[in-house]
Amino acid sequence: MASALSIRNLTKTYANGFQALKGISLEVQEGDFYALLGPNGAGKSTTIGIICSLITKTSGKVHIFGEDIDHNFANAKRMLGLVPQEFNFNVFEPVEEILVNQAGYFGIARKTAFQRAEQYLRQLGLWEKRREQARDLSGGMKRRLMIARALVHRPRLLILDEPTAGVDIEIRRSMWRFLQELNRTGSTIILTTHYLEEAESLCRNIGIIDEGELIESTSMKQLLSQLQMETFVLDLKAPLSEVPRLSQDCVRQLDEHTLEADITRERSINFLFEELSRHNIEVLSMRNKTNRLEQLFMHMVEGNNQSENP
Amino acid sequence: MNLEENFIAFRTIVIKEVYRFARIWVQTIIPPVITVSLYFVIFGNLIGSQIGDMDGVRYMDYIVPGLIMMAVITNSYANVVSSFYGCKFHRHIEEMMVSPLPNHLIVLGFMTGGMARGMAVGIAVTAVSLLFSNLSFHNPLVIISTVVMTSALFSLAGLINAVFAKSFDDISIIPTFVLTPLTYLGGVFYSISMLPEFWQDVSRANPILYMVNAFRFGFLGVSDISIGLSYTIIVGFIAALYSYAIYLLHVGYGIRR
Repeated sequence: MASALSIRNLTKTYANGFQALKGISLEVQEGDFYALLGPNGAGKSTTIGIICSLITKTSGKVHIFGEDIDHNFANAKRMLGLVPQEFNFNVFEPVEEILVNQAGYFGIARKTAFQRAEQYLRQLGLWEKRREQARDLSGGMKRRLMIARALVHRPRLLILDEPTAGVDIEIRRSMWRFLQELNRTGSTIILTTHYLEEAESLCRNIGIIDEGELIESTSMKQLLSQLQMETFVLDLKAPLSEVPRLSQDCVRQLDEHTLEADITRERSINFLFEELSRHNIEVLSMRNKTNRLEQLFMHMVEGNNQSENP
Repeated sequence: MNLEENFIAFRTIVIKEVYRFARIWVQTIIPPVITVSLYFVIFGNLIGSQIGDMDGVRYMDYIVPGLIMMAVITNSYANVVSSFYGCKFHRHIEEMMVSPLPNHLIVLGFMTGGMARGMAVGIAVTAVSLLFSNLSFHNPLVIISTVVMTSALFSLAGLINAVFAKSFDDISIIPTFVLTPLTYLGGVFYSISMLPEFWQDVSRANPILYMVNAFRFGFLGVSDISIGLSYTIIVGFIAALYSYAIYLLHVGYGIRR
């Protein structure tokens, strides 16, 4: 499979001397749904800015579908769509016009541009708003408008920088479905997000950036398999006055209707249910205490900080 | 991008720019027409009648070309400086930056937008001036070529100002402290032959003098400066500013971190 994005030893030092990227290298394969995670200020947006020519790199190489951005940026840009973190459209322009103008900058004829604008505005539920000025849209609609704008020239690689920030859960889920469908039809997607649940459910591969360095780049499955222990919260059917003595000390009582259990990789979850059944404790429902990816993410970032500041 | 795609992209910027000032015509077209009309009434009719002729023509007729040119200059400049800085400030310049648009098309697109507003205001002011003066058209080719080149020049100057601007104050400093004095001292209201020798030489360092005189020659057939020299100066400035604007976009000054 071809490489959609290849980054080699990318560095960026801003004019004030701040070194935002310290030699990042990563590879995203065509057709992938890749999560680029990291805490605030880690270098995610700088990396994306360089890929999309909004930021000038200090050194390193970036190829988009084999096109070197230093030598053939026009070709590289044709294959690239960006949904930035902050709204960056003219709020006084009507919604449809924003898309048609964007298509125009890519040399797409006006008639085709209108057809594509209609297609994406309908798909993203904005068709009824096409004549309204962008400033009159809600936050979620503005985010969807930026997705539609990024797609109007039909890029092969779509980069979304926190596309669901501040969006309610219903719209977020509909955006997930849209992006999954887009990925299924062949688009390569790179996503940055602070919602780790989003990354876990959408992405196949993941890179974690911290303090300008790529500290992990692997498959989601591989990463989650590193999790040594998961903590579950169990809702009980009947109130419990005291936690029974189990063969291993892994259960804590939160209140009379709730238990918390640590399950290590060595143990099966069946073991816990068997023991609870033996004590006539019925479990109504069970959930992870924290998102699995979140646990790993915090562990890695904290570990990276400790190794840098012993 | 091939030729057709380049043309589509260029046309997109021009349509967007023209639509921008046309949509708010009450703010962009009407005010300069009112301002210049006041000049016609006060300087032309009231004071002009006391002055008599200048270079053999009625004072009112003498100042009309300069006032039209003043409106063209300020509006071409204002259009691009405010539009491009607005794009930077609200970050929708990024829409162009992520596209394969070459820098020269961005410069040409904004420049053409500025020229369109400058000339729209110029036509409106010319129409109003006909109510106050007996304007003749000595050489229409000179009139058209001068106004096209001058509006292009000041559109480019406005673009460069916007690239350097870091706040809205920065886009009004040059028009207030540089453009307006140069325009007023550029022979709009007087012939430089009225000035002492030393001030005539100082005036010749003012590029606006050449534009006003070439334009006046087109209407009245009188000029303090030779037309050939005026054209050379204007074309030279356009070439220099165009190249500089392209260079600034190439290095991403003020728009790329």
